[in-house]
Amino acid sequence: MPRTAFASQQTATLGNIGHMPQDSGYVKRRKPLQRFMFGLFHVAVFINAAALAIICGFVLYHGLPAISWEFLTAFPRDSMTKGGILPCILGTIALSYGSMLIALPWGVATAIYLQEYARPGPLVHAIRLTINNLAGVPSVVFGLFGLSMFVTAMKMGVSLLAGMFTLAALVLPLIIGASEEALRSVSQTYREASLGLGATKWQTISLVVLPAALPSILTGAILAVGRAAGETAAIMFTAAMFFSPRLPGSLFDSVMALPYHIYVLATAGTEIELTRPMQFGTSLVLIVLVLGMNLMAIIMRARLQRRLR
Amino acid sequence: MVHGAFWTAAALCIVTLTLIMVFLFMEGFPIFQHVSLADFIFGKLWYPTFDPPEFGILPMIVGSLVVTALSSLIAIPLGIMTAIYLAELAGPRMRAYVKPLVEMLQALPSVVIGFFGMVIVAPWLQETFDIATGLNIANASIMLAFMAVPTITSIAEDAIYSVPNDMREASLALGATHWQTIGRVVVPAALPGISTAVILGMARSIGETMVVLMVAGGAAMLPGSIFDPSRPMPASIAAEMAEAPFRSDHYHALFATGLVLFFFTLAFNALAAWIAEKKKQVGTATL
Repeated sequence: MPRTAFASQQTATLGNIGHMPQDSGYVKRRKPLQRFMFGLFHVAVFINAAALAIICGFVLYHGLPAISWEFLTAFPRDSMTKGGILPCILGTIALSYGSMLIALPWGVATAIYLQEYARPGPLVHAIRLTINNLAGVPSVVFGLFGLSMFVTAMKMGVSLLAGMFTLAALVLPLIIGASEEALRSVSQTYREASLGLGATKWQTISLVVLPAALPSILTGAILAVGRAAGETAAIMFTAAMFFSPRLPGSLFDSVMALPYHIYVLATAGTEIELTRPMQFGTSLVLIVLVLGMNLMAIIMRARLQRRLR
Repeated sequence: MVHGAFWTAAALCIVTLTLIMVFLFMEGFPIFQHVSLADFIFGKLWYPTFDPPEFGILPMIVGSLVVTALSSLIAIPLGIMTAIYLAELAGPRMRAYVKPLVEMLQALPSVVIGFFGMVIVAPWLQETFDIATGLNIANASIMLAFMAVPTITSIAEDAIYSVPNDMREASLALGATHWQTIGRVVVPAALPGISTAVILGMARSIGETMVVLMVAGGAAMLPGSIFDPSRPMPASIAAEMAEAPFRSDHYHALFATGLVLFFFTLAFNALAAWIAEKKKQVGTATL
């Protein structure tokens, strides 16, 4: 990718200039401040790494003993103190991938409009402004929106479907952003070659541009799935339930979900101390699911960049 | 035809944001038949289930602002320094490690961070500072800071990165050290983008729900110290919505709180967009 190549070139230049042999004494006297500031920057990065490592480390340390075959494949028993979290895992997967069924076509279509069709003007400006603001809407407000629109006004009830729609609206800006970036990185010569061969605009987009952009779009989609899977506030009033003795039978049933399970067990359960291992175990499963998805996207992206170079 | 379909998808984004506002208004507005807007926003008492009920959300607004401000104190320096490191100091190898690290931090589910704050940080704070409860403003601010850092870092890094290289070279050629170049040339040139990053990071903090819900302590009162428990707006909505009877005054008051929260984030976003638009750096000529 040009960006990283540029980075190495840039740091190389700066490094060389900074260590030129003819450094005067004047420059040297100013170096202690530089050393101090650069030290601070390293400390900042270290703090971030430590925060991630500590959080993941604690969850791993306390959560691992709770993980067993039963924990992953059974229903909760004895008012959540025993058994497993199978319905939560399945519920979270259904919610996050289900939301993608709505958000992915919608987001990609919007990105295609913005990148391939739209001419700069008030409409495009308004759409971009909207997407930026949509990205900033707090998740609990999405929850309120889902409650009033999907659950109440559209009479879906607290259900898998209502949760899917709410999460779709929440991850939409992510998908649009990733898709636009992907479309932008498709070389203009592809389009010109296709159009020059007599293909229509739609043929060019569907047969040339989209296939070239697809891997990057999918990378963005995977990140969005991870985001949706970890989301709690948006599904609290729209899809999630505390306990169900069976799996949801239709889109109009409410579901158990990993993040909501953690929240309820940790704050509102009747046996908060007793379910602590369950809480750590559920957190671990959620982290593995979400960070695993992210790691996959990061690796996919690194591969893509290497191929493009 | 095809064009029309894509146009529809794009236009639906505007429809969605509009619908969010419309529904918040529809469900929130009825509360103002009982309470005036001023009493709602500046009222210090929140007793939604008492008879007669009190619907004043000032403690929640103050709680949100305090938590956001305190978390910014940690998140802004941390986020910007990480961004400078990534854009100016890190070689390609380090970048390949540090960037994913920031992305993973961003990806951590908020409920897990809240859970961590509750189970690990709260008891530690309680013991170390010998206070009544570890679930308080300080704890929530620290947890929120780590949610805002990735937002600030990624946007600020882009801004610092896009400073034209001629400016760095000019500064170095004049004999400035690497640090002087960063501190007096690169960062000032990237300042509009960095400001945008900071504002969006703060918007993230003020809207974040699970962390403040689980960690802030939940007391609907004006805080006196950073070790007091508090109940920021998102926490209030999330905690009470389940108990509020459908379309009761309490229910409408929570939607109205959501509306206030929505306008706060809208204002943050508008400010960020305005700075990005007004101070847009085109080449080196305008500096």
